[in-house]
Amino acid sequence: MAHSASIPAGRTHLPAVARPGRSRGPWLDLRHLVPWLLPAAILVGWQAAASAGLVSTRFMPAPLDVAAAGWRLGRTGELWTNLWVSFARAATGFLIGGGIGLAFGLANGLSSLSERVTDATLQMVRNIPHLSLIPLVILWFGIDEGAKLFLVALGVFFPIYANTLHGIRSVDPQLIEMGRVYGMSRSELFRRVVLPGALPSIFVGLRYALGIMWLTLIVAETISATSGLGYMAMQAREFMLVDVVVLAILIYALLGKLADSLTRALERTCLAWNPAYRNA
Amino acid sequence: MTASAALRHPDETPPRRARPAPARGVSVTARGLAKAFDDGHPVLRGVDLHIPAGQFVAVVGRSGCGKSTLLRLILGLEAPSAGRINVGGEGQDAGATRRIMFQEPRLLPWARVADNVAVGLGRAGSRAERRVRARAVLDEVGLSAKAENWPATLSGGQRQRVALARALVSRPALLALDEPLGALDALTRIDMQAMIERIWLDQGFTAILVTHDVAEAVALADRILVVEDGGIALDLTVDAPRPRRRGDPDLAALEGRILDHLLGTRA
Repeated sequence: MAHSASIPAGRTHLPAVARPGRSRGPWLDLRHLVPWLLPAAILVGWQAAASAGLVSTRFMPAPLDVAAAGWRLGRTGELWTNLWVSFARAATGFLIGGGIGLAFGLANGLSSLSERVTDATLQMVRNIPHLSLIPLVILWFGIDEGAKLFLVALGVFFPIYANTLHGIRSVDPQLIEMGRVYGMSRSELFRRVVLPGALPSIFVGLRYALGIMWLTLIVAETISATSGLGYMAMQAREFMLVDVVVLAILIYALLGKLADSLTRALERTCLAWNPAYRNA
Repeated sequence: MTASAALRHPDETPPRRARPAPARGVSVTARGLAKAFDDGHPVLRGVDLHIPAGQFVAVVGRSGCGKSTLLRLILGLEAPSAGRINVGGEGQDAGATRRIMFQEPRLLPWARVADNVAVGLGRAGSRAERRVRARAVLDEVGLSAKAENWPATLSGGQRQRVALARALVSRPALLALDEPLGALDALTRIDMQAMIERIWLDQGFTAILVTHDVAEAVALADRILVVEDGGIALDLTVDAPRPRRRGDPDLAALEGRILDHLLGTRA
């Protein structure tokens, strides 16, 4: 949206003096608002439809009802407790699975022995949809924290593993030769050439993994949990509290967006050298 | 081949002109140097060569004649199949720094220009010291204003100048140039040739330039080696005064002679 707005200005080929009245400030602000017009219109239309009785609020609550539910649960503290529990599960599972994935990706990218020993096995395990393990995981761990952490860790492991491995393999061999010729030690070569070269690919894995992390957690919490956002939504369903169900869904969406924005910011900082990520 | 034998002047030091700095280069001596690929196909067969310290040698030849292999053997990037190679003679530092400039700049895209140049210093000195030296060399190649830029923001010629600065920052005794200007446009190439000549005159290192461009070899080198069929077919001394003027009839005649030789051997 922001791009399409800037194109006509660039295509006119008029010198800047020809449009003296256009200062950059307010123009930029307006362009930033453009992407929000459609979501805002949908919200307003939804609220209007609900208020006019066109949509049954029994199945689809009005936006204001959802906001009220958020306010209510926020005041009792229930929302924050469940949010924190879910966040802690997501983060812990992500760190465990991502850490193991990164370690295996680095090991197999750097050592052909390690790759020969483990890669085929890992690729086989990868073909098992990790959510299909839920019945087994419940048998193993019950509905404890362990079950959720195991599933999240398993889910995020593979994108991080596969993309780290791919990133290391695709580092320009000419740069590695240059590093060797210029006398870099193995650890220096890794730190200054291989790791930075693999980083863009590792970030791709990170973003995939974040998506899988939320998905896995939602499913796991919906099926077997005694706390967390998914549990909150399931409880609300029992009592036909549709507004709370929709609230939980919206919070999941916000959390996903937040994780994505954080990754983007991290990419812009770590990959500032790469023209593809600069001022994205 | 008989003609080439008559033209060979091995181990001859050309007259030095316009060279104020004392030579701090190293000599390079090869005896019976041979290299074969893994499948047994010979690339170099028994090369004998002596390059005196501080000489600017150009190595020309057709693609696949073995000139890059010769360079890699001299730098120790590959091990010879037979024969030996000596860098640094008596009274010279045998562990002296050898540096190479590749055809591609091979800069680290994630390091700023000054940090890329500092790669050439290895672990010598503190980070601050390395950056000071890097900046000084960047000044020599006319890029001090770009020290904090990312390599992606530079032009092709500028990147190659950064690569030159990286090769020079450790004050090498031997600088190998593996077709470093091949990918540049004609004008940038002429500028870079003048810059390399100026720095070489200033620092007195031994320079070995591998190139496809006979005019470039004639413009820069004290001595031109024509490599053919895994051996040195022609060994010519260029004693034209520096700075050399482009289009000089003597140089043009020399260039023509080398080209005739290269083209004549195609049949």
